[in-house]
Amino acid sequence: MEIKNIPLNDLHTQLGGKMVPFAGYNMPVRYSSDIEEHMAVRNSVGVFDVSHMGEFTLKGPNALDLIQRVTSNDASKLIDGQAQYSCLPNETGGIIDDLIVYKIKDNDYLLVVNASNIDKDWNWISKFNTKGAEMKNISDDICLFAVQGPKGVATLQKLTSTDLSTIKYYHFTIGELAGVKDVILSNTGYTGAGGFEVYVHKSSAELIWKKIFEAGAEFNIKPIGLGARDTLRLEMGFCLYGNDIDDTTSPIEAGLGWITKFTKDFTNSAAIKQQKEAGVKRKLVGFKMIDKGIPRHDYPIKDAAGNIIGKVTSGTQSPMLSIGIGLGYVTTENASPGTDIFIEVRGKALKAQVQKLPLV
Amino acid sequence: MNIPDGLQYTKDHEWVKIEGNTATIGITDFAQSELGDIVYVDINTVGQEINHGDVFGTVEAVKTVSDLYMPIAGKVLELNSVLEGNPEKVNEDPYGAGWMVKVEVKGSPSDLLSAAQYKELIGK
Repeated sequence: MEIKNIPLNDLHTQLGGKMVPFAGYNMPVRYSSDIEEHMAVRNSVGVFDVSHMGEFTLKGPNALDLIQRVTSNDASKLIDGQAQYSCLPNETGGIIDDLIVYKIKDNDYLLVVNASNIDKDWNWISKFNTKGAEMKNISDDICLFAVQGPKGVATLQKLTSTDLSTIKYYHFTIGELAGVKDVILSNTGYTGAGGFEVYVHKSSAELIWKKIFEAGAEFNIKPIGLGARDTLRLEMGFCLYGNDIDDTTSPIEAGLGWITKFTKDFTNSAAIKQQKEAGVKRKLVGFKMIDKGIPRHDYPIKDAAGNIIGKVTSGTQSPMLSIGIGLGYVTTENASPGTDIFIEVRGKALKAQVQKLPLV
Repeated sequence: MNIPDGLQYTKDHEWVKIEGNTATIGITDFAQSELGDIVYVDINTVGQEINHGDVFGTVEAVKTVSDLYMPIAGKVLELNSVLEGNPEKVNEDPYGAGWMVKVEVKGSPSDLLSAAQYKELIGK
């Protein structure tokens, strides 16, 4: 597969970004240090260029009907300027992708999907588009910067007359930023650190990036790579598609019942509803290491007697806690917070404990 | 990229310094920079004789895990206890405070690279 470049590829290289192939794109994995970048976002402000993400517009009188049929959350509840975390269930109990649905206004929606799934999602949604919603894949035209951290809002506020403090979590507005019109300013992000995400046409992306860094200079703003993005989201217990959720994990098992609304019919909703009522055999849980060690994707999880009860789906050393943390599926009887579990690391069973999310 | 002339190297990015019958082993500046922040050096082979090319430990960065391979056959005499609490020394000073093990050399070195050969390998 050909690896694509995001529009500001050269800029990231100049900034010292180590570019690695991820989800079909050359992406900055780190600029200086994963831990420094992580802490910059937790303590001040950092910017991720996540322009690899996919964006589809769905318009017309049948757009909402299509969104309702393919997604698990209830998009009819959205007001103009509101966004919603959701997923696309498949027909066999798993998840095609997780996504964010933005309602711009009636008959006008934006869907933001994972880069690795752009073609898969497009084909999947198109298959259900029997009533002629106007679908457009604008992924190649749009840059997405996640300006995250406690100083994220203060940084962006210098560049816009829109009062960002009036935009609540998972709400957005379309306004002017650094003199550029039609920028989506969205109070979202995947770090748990606060801040906004900014969607901008690629023709203005470099200007916007530079203005954001000028505005954030007093906060020691830093570019942040995908390495820190992963540790930040994992500390919060947010799912990463392809690791924690995939074509074989159900939304209920993954703890995504809160975005699974049976107020409407959607793909596989009858089976998912039954699963929610009857209970599931395994659940995605967060855990912290008690013994010294770092959990990693696919490491076995055992109980005290040595029986395999699941496996790790994401793991790292938490920069905030300086201990190993992770997410993994375990049998439901072992899924309660406080349960001792054991992670098999290079042949040794290391003690860990199931914890409530977030992990920090 | 710092690749000192006085050391020998492996294609797996370890360095080795042989003094008499003792070899000091660590990972190269290139290796630490590729791995990123090192958060755990896991070596449980002190006292063991390990063949050339076999794994003597594991180094864990935030994002990745990498095995450590013996550049030369020998018995692991000691590990750098500083790394227990300060694994970041491997990033800060890979050829000095970030050394990993000292080994009693049991075989003769066969396929070690010079600094020039190692630089060529990593394209620097």
